[in-house]
Amino acid sequence: MHIRLRVKRFEAGKDREPYWSEYGLEVEATDRVLDALHRVKWHQDGTLTFRRSCAHGVCGSDAMLINGRNRLACKVLIRDVGDHIAVEPLRGYPVIRDLVVDQSAFFRKYESVQPYLVADGEPPARERRQSPAERERFDDTTKCILCMACTTSCPVFWPNPEYVGPAAIVNAHRFLFDSRDTEKEGRLARLNAGDGVWRCRTIFNCVEACPREINITRAIGEVKKALLLQKG
Amino acid sequence: MYRGGPGQWAWLLHRWSGVAVLLFLLIHILDTGLVLFGPQVYDKVVGLYTHPVFRVGEVGLVAAVLYHALNGIRITLIDFYPELTERQRPLFYAVVSVFVLLFLPTAYLMLETLLW
Repeated sequence: MHIRLRVKRFEAGKDREPYWSEYGLEVEATDRVLDALHRVKWHQDGTLTFRRSCAHGVCGSDAMLINGRNRLACKVLIRDVGDHIAVEPLRGYPVIRDLVVDQSAFFRKYESVQPYLVADGEPPARERRQSPAERERFDDTTKCILCMACTTSCPVFWPNPEYVGPAAIVNAHRFLFDSRDTEKEGRLARLNAGDGVWRCRTIFNCVEACPREINITRAIGEVKKALLLQKG
Repeated sequence: MYRGGPGQWAWLLHRWSGVAVLLFLLIHILDTGLVLFGPQVYDKVVGLYTHPVFRVGEVGLVAAVLYHALNGIRITLIDFYPELTERQRPLFYAVVSVFVLLFLPTAYLMLETLLW
């Protein structure tokens, strides 16, 4: 099938304003948007710039705004978005070039929630044991691939880049509800700050954008509730 | 325009209706305050509200308060019971249904005398 692919282009330090490039190409309906981008880059316009690594929905490199929704280019089939496709960079972070945005601020916020196991005391001789029920408690939030689709779909985040954002809260949730972790207070205090979980307005764009189908708003709600009950 | 789901539109309507109600409250405080300048001033200004433009505006105010209240209940429920996030779409459709059920007869009663 023939498609018309429009890409929002911009190069920091060179272009004053973003502009659209349009490409016509033949693809299969079962190709992915990433295949179309590859074809353009390899055969039509080598200057087109985007991130991708594994190309199989695991590494989280190629999240972008496809026909008005945040999606992984490697998971969206052409037949599901139609023959007129518009691709833009993720919103809310500075564009470096074309579909590549500056991720530094995103990862600073991710680091601020201590996204790793903190376990005080002497390490046990063998593994830190956990029951299946305890593991199940945070199963949903272990699925995050840090693709940024959730945070950059959030209307609260767009005008408030300081908001810690859904992705960082998901990764805090993953350790807050881990029975082996002992750093609950620090993480909760960080998320109780002005730029923390209370900014969430339960808009659900993050849930709709997540390529791993994590119920992010629920995770944020559980952190809010933990804070509320802790105070009471 | 980001193409979000019902949750995004529920939130946007919540914002707009909230700002509308806030603007009304500011005007309401001002017009009630006019009584300090005497009952005649107050009566004259409040009398303006019988004008059809204000009558229709009042229906808009009822819509804003009603939607804001109903969606506020939805948000509060989701906040206290995070498991309800799984049901946020049906909950929003319930908000819209209850809104229509309550708003249409109310709007009719408010505008009845204006229409004929």
